[in-house]
Amino acid sequence: MDAIIYVVFSIFAFVCAYPFYYIFINTISANNLSERGKIVFLPQDIHWTNYTQVFKIPELFHAFEISLARTVLGTAITVITSAFLGYMFTRQTLWHRKLWFRMTAATMYFNAGIIPWFLTMRNLHLTNNFWVYILPLAISPFYIILCKTFVESVPRELEEAAEIDGAGTLTIFLKIILPVIKPILATVAIFTAVNQWNAFQDTLLLVTDSKLYTLQFLLYNYINQASSLKALVNSGSSGVNIAASLAHAQTATSIRMTVTMVVVVPILIVYPFFQRYFTKGIMIGAVKG
Amino acid sequence: MKSMSTTSYINKRKVRGYKEFLMILPFMLLVLVFSYYPLYGWIYAFFDYKPPAPLSWDKFVGFKWFVSMVENKVKRAEILKVLRNTFAMSGISLIFSWFPMMIAVFLNEIKCKWFRKFVQTVTTLPNFISWILVYSIAYCIFNSTGVVNQVMISMGLTDTPILFLQSSSHMWFKMWLWLTWKNAGWAAIMYMAAIAGIDEELNEAARVDGASRMQIIWNITIPSILPTYFVLTMINLANFLSNGMEQYFVFQNAFNKDYIQVLDLYVYNLMSNGGYSLSTAISILKTVVSVILLVTTNGISKKIRGEGFI
Repeated sequence: MDAIIYVVFSIFAFVCAYPFYYIFINTISANNLSERGKIVFLPQDIHWTNYTQVFKIPELFHAFEISLARTVLGTAITVITSAFLGYMFTRQTLWHRKLWFRMTAATMYFNAGIIPWFLTMRNLHLTNNFWVYILPLAISPFYIILCKTFVESVPRELEEAAEIDGAGTLTIFLKIILPVIKPILATVAIFTAVNQWNAFQDTLLLVTDSKLYTLQFLLYNYINQASSLKALVNSGSSGVNIAASLAHAQTATSIRMTVTMVVVVPILIVYPFFQRYFTKGIMIGAVKG
Repeated sequence: MKSMSTTSYINKRKVRGYKEFLMILPFMLLVLVFSYYPLYGWIYAFFDYKPPAPLSWDKFVGFKWFVSMVENKVKRAEILKVLRNTFAMSGISLIFSWFPMMIAVFLNEIKCKWFRKFVQTVTTLPNFISWILVYSIAYCIFNSTGVVNQVMISMGLTDTPILFLQSSSHMWFKMWLWLTWKNAGWAAIMYMAAIAGIDEELNEAARVDGASRMQIIWNITIPSILPTYFVLTMINLANFLSNGMEQYFVFQNAFNKDYIQVLDLYVYNLMSNGGYSLSTAISILKTVVSVILLVTTNGISKKIRGEGFI
């Protein structure tokens, strides 16, 4: 029985890991070989020009900046609001505390639909606006509940002692609560960062200005619009690349795969190191349901 | 009569409460604007709204769009097809929902620690990449020059490349496979936690009594993670109509449209074709049904487990 278990899980792990490996070895192999699907298990004629070339494409580099900006800024803001509201919703003194909490938590369970959403964003002048990536995601009821649950597990005495000393609400939050709830904030941060990096729907629905395209959206375009990719390949090869050998010249396949790698690598790097935070997030989520 | 100091203490707390309210006010406004204000857009379902023109009262059509879903033959056929796809996709997921639980049970049987950790890390990874990336990977692997076709040709299984992504055959099952590839490892983690919570003495006692490995799995491990399975299944049921659109959006093309269009995707596609009002009407119905499903499943959970999941 042991043997079967090992074999089955080895296959499962292979199925999950091989696609990443396959794309990686293709991006560093000779492009004329990868285009014909000749690279299957081992890279051939290793070179890194695909990566240096891909970052020379202006729109791609710009999209990378946009993705990075929304990830960093969006994560910072979501973490701050989740921590602050998570704490405030435990404050017994807060005027109509329960009402505000319920009003926030209820938003997890309904959704107006795509068109009302689009029209709202248009009315708020958020379409084709960088802030559309940040503001609508700033308040996340699930993370607020995570933080609130965590704050509730902190001994009340800490807070009360500070209150007797005359500390204001903000002081208590910054000096006492914030340092104690750091572990849960790490979990919230890592989840938000991954969601921001992966977000796609908002660009698709609300952004037509190509200056605001994210990496994910560009990748989608590259897969579906062979023509735009062809144009890219040609513009890339017009200058320096024309002298380059067939093995190093960009092809539609090479660009597509290289961009895929560029989009996935941040996750591949971050994930193993922060795995315990991810796991912790799902546990707490499970306890709370 | 209350003493002066008690009254002033109460007043102080009240003032503090108002101050705290002022602190959260900006955030509550964000909640109102981004989560409640869009509900106002539901009125578009009762108008004949043509996008660029502003909404005016002479275009009020009442329940026309809702009625048309049932009475208009073409629309009814289309909506039935979309519902069929939605039910099929959600149904297959529901039927195979024990799959992650089994992964956890047998992963737990692996005694070699590094191998277990390795499998867990590798299989949870796909959960953290976007559907665009999943599609991009699918494209790289299954297109005509992709590795699957190359291997099949070299093994003589096929002469011409098979266009996996451009066919509509087995669409529901393929979508389930991709969903499983992405989510199963991650979903298993929750069960791993439940298994870790089992009292080791229970297993020990069973072993002393001569229980076999399968007997322990069947009589101890599985019963102790069934409550977790139950809750997750209830949540899945509550989300029966909400498959999300991203997965189906990235995989959709002219060939598979008839089988891939689920409710969420249909609503989006309607919008991009200018059917604003009908699309909104469907969104409304979907939200109403989803809330009813949520309340019902939560109620079932309360009855059986004594607590809900909301």
